[in-house]
Amino acid sequence: MNFDYNEEQQLLADSLRRYLQAQYSFEQRRKALDGSPEVWAKFAEMGLLALPLSPDYGGFGGGAVDLMAIMEAFGEALVVEPYLATLMASRLVARAGTAAQKPALLPAVAEGRMKLAFAHTEGGARYDLAAVRCTAKKAGGHWLIEGEKKAVQGAPVADKLVVSARTAEGVALFLTDPVKAPTRRSLDGFPEADLVFSGAKAEALSGGLAEIEETVDFATALICAEAVGAMKFSCDATLEYLKTRKQFGVPIGTFQALQHRIVEMYIAHEQAKSMACLACSTMDFSENSKDRARAISAAKIKIADAARHVSQEAVQLHGGMGMSEEMKVSHAFRRLTVLARQFGDADHHLARFGAL
Amino acid sequence: MDLNYSPEELAFRDEARTWLAANLPADLKQKVERYEHLSKEDLLRWHRILADKGWVAPAWPKEWGGTGWNVVQRYIFEEELGYVGGPPLIPFGLTMCAPVLLQFGTDAQKKKFLPRIFQGKDFWCQGYSEPGSGSDLASLKTKAVRKDNFYSVSGQKIWTTLAHYADWIFCLVRTDSGEKRQEGISFLLIDMKTPGITIRPLILMDGAHEVNEVFFDDVKVPAENLVHQEGKGWTVAKYLLGYERMNTGRIGASKRELEKVKEFAKDVADPRFRDRLSRLEVELMALEITNLRFLDRMRRTGQPPGADVSMLKIKGTEIQQGLTELALDAMDPTANDEFSVALRKRYLSMRKTTIYAGSNEIQRNIISKMTLGL
Repeated sequence: MNFDYNEEQQLLADSLRRYLQAQYSFEQRRKALDGSPEVWAKFAEMGLLALPLSPDYGGFGGGAVDLMAIMEAFGEALVVEPYLATLMASRLVARAGTAAQKPALLPAVAEGRMKLAFAHTEGGARYDLAAVRCTAKKAGGHWLIEGEKKAVQGAPVADKLVVSARTAEGVALFLTDPVKAPTRRSLDGFPEADLVFSGAKAEALSGGLAEIEETVDFATALICAEAVGAMKFSCDATLEYLKTRKQFGVPIGTFQALQHRIVEMYIAHEQAKSMACLACSTMDFSENSKDRARAISAAKIKIADAARHVSQEAVQLHGGMGMSEEMKVSHAFRRLTVLARQFGDADHHLARFGAL
Repeated sequence: MDLNYSPEELAFRDEARTWLAANLPADLKQKVERYEHLSKEDLLRWHRILADKGWVAPAWPKEWGGTGWNVVQRYIFEEELGYVGGPPLIPFGLTMCAPVLLQFGTDAQKKKFLPRIFQGKDFWCQGYSEPGSGSDLASLKTKAVRKDNFYSVSGQKIWTTLAHYADWIFCLVRTDSGEKRQEGISFLLIDMKTPGITIRPLILMDGAHEVNEVFFDDVKVPAENLVHQEGKGWTVAKYLLGYERMNTGRIGASKRELEKVKEFAKDVADPRFRDRLSRLEVELMALEITNLRFLDRMRRTGQPPGADVSMLKIKGTEIQQGLTELALDAMDPTANDEFSVALRKRYLSMRKTTIYAGSNEIQRNIISKMTLGL
């Protein structure tokens, strides 16, 4: 049992944090909300894009624990880049792609030349991964996709899409070219799009629902770590505010009513961090899909509760400033509000956890 | 990072689990599981079984009977001890008085008291709280006046757990009422058979006699029973506070109780109840991993636990209370069998956990001041 990052993991996270502090300040981030070629190139140069991919395709073979420190740093800086979208789609290609698809896509992803997105979510599906109504029909040597996908993260900048669609055999995965659609923005600033497929040409991957479930569990473990980073920022910023903001002639952090509230925030962050460790470690070390689901859902329940608690209290303890668009803490509130729900809110995971 | 125990740690856990399960007398296990009253003899029987095995005081130095286990092994053992469901090891001697004597005691004090604590020959209790001194412990008034080679002690202690079983009490007393109130406090060991001591039971809302008032009326205590220097009792108390904070999560016992509640509640079909149970289980998982993270930090840095481990007490006690509440809600409201009655009383009794050993509000003050710097 150990909770250390190894030297490589720590060095990478340290250099990422240094880069983000210097080049991805809150002000600089504002200008990079549609994705920044410089930032993406830097991620490629640092090896972040290659990290989750197999060495067979120019990657470093990193697992969830290797990515955990990266995601924490992303959470602290509220990074808005299609990193997770590309990671999920490339994981599906790596696990379910054909012998031709993998070398065509993955090395380009590792080098930063190609971004991917995973078009899966549909209106009304909520968090049910099997609720796919898009269809795929065979037409000669390829497939044709029909249907709509909603709020696809990273779609506006993706070079290729991995799409889930229903065939006679069930839910299957396909590769398509991007579809033109207006960019919409998630509550926390990510570019995304609603996609309409009207007979879009596609090639099949070999996997289906099991691969989707595994990849979503993997991504859930990663956003747990990202949420921990955003919570750390929220706690640190609030603590600093309590120490500097004066009312009645004293720093407001001298008031016990506020002291106990920030202590509860701090505890929630620590507990959430523990559960993110569990999620990422289980993802890497457990072969059993039930153990995996149990750990991931437990972590997501705790992270959803803690994200809500910490983000709401951070705004409240900042007073009017917490509401302000100009303050990073209000953007951390948005990010945590989204992360608490992404891939299933606490209620969804309570149902899943309770049924295991 | 790998949250799994190593093969050696797993082997250690299995050895402890197997031995404890094989050596815990069935009647004691049943009493604990059914929340029945535990007599002094019940408590001491299990203590002595563990003492004979050499496992009653793992954290002590080896020369005094400790096991030499590292912090992780000690934690694993603690959890197995809680999980097997034996009577609790009463902490006042083993994990409160003894560490103080080991750190501050004279050789004569160590030789006199430590072996008897280890063997379960002396039963100890703790004389800290007073009617006017709860969370504000340094305001205590029980007076000790030095006369030749003894102290004369007069005053009152309250909430003294198991004083009616105790052979000895360790007390914080005031030896000087000078300007800085912390500097006038001393740490005294007092034989409960000394003339002038009166014990009066305080019955709590579950009807149980567990705590007492202890009155001291000109009680003569030999000066050799002073621990550390006169006026340095506050230093001793603070040392003890840091020492005891690490073992308040009681995760093994809560795991056992959670399993019981699950079994007990298996016929409750309401998904809202199931969600509450799941949330509590998740809280317990988070507490366990947080505890392991603190242990890992201690093992890595060799540093004692920081003030932030106070969160283990806060979360651990909230979980213990939550379990009793779920049990209360799971039971048939009309049930009147012994176990159901005991469970209802348990709900009442466990409200004490967020109050004792430094109320949870005091724990938040500690984190606020020591960890967050407010």
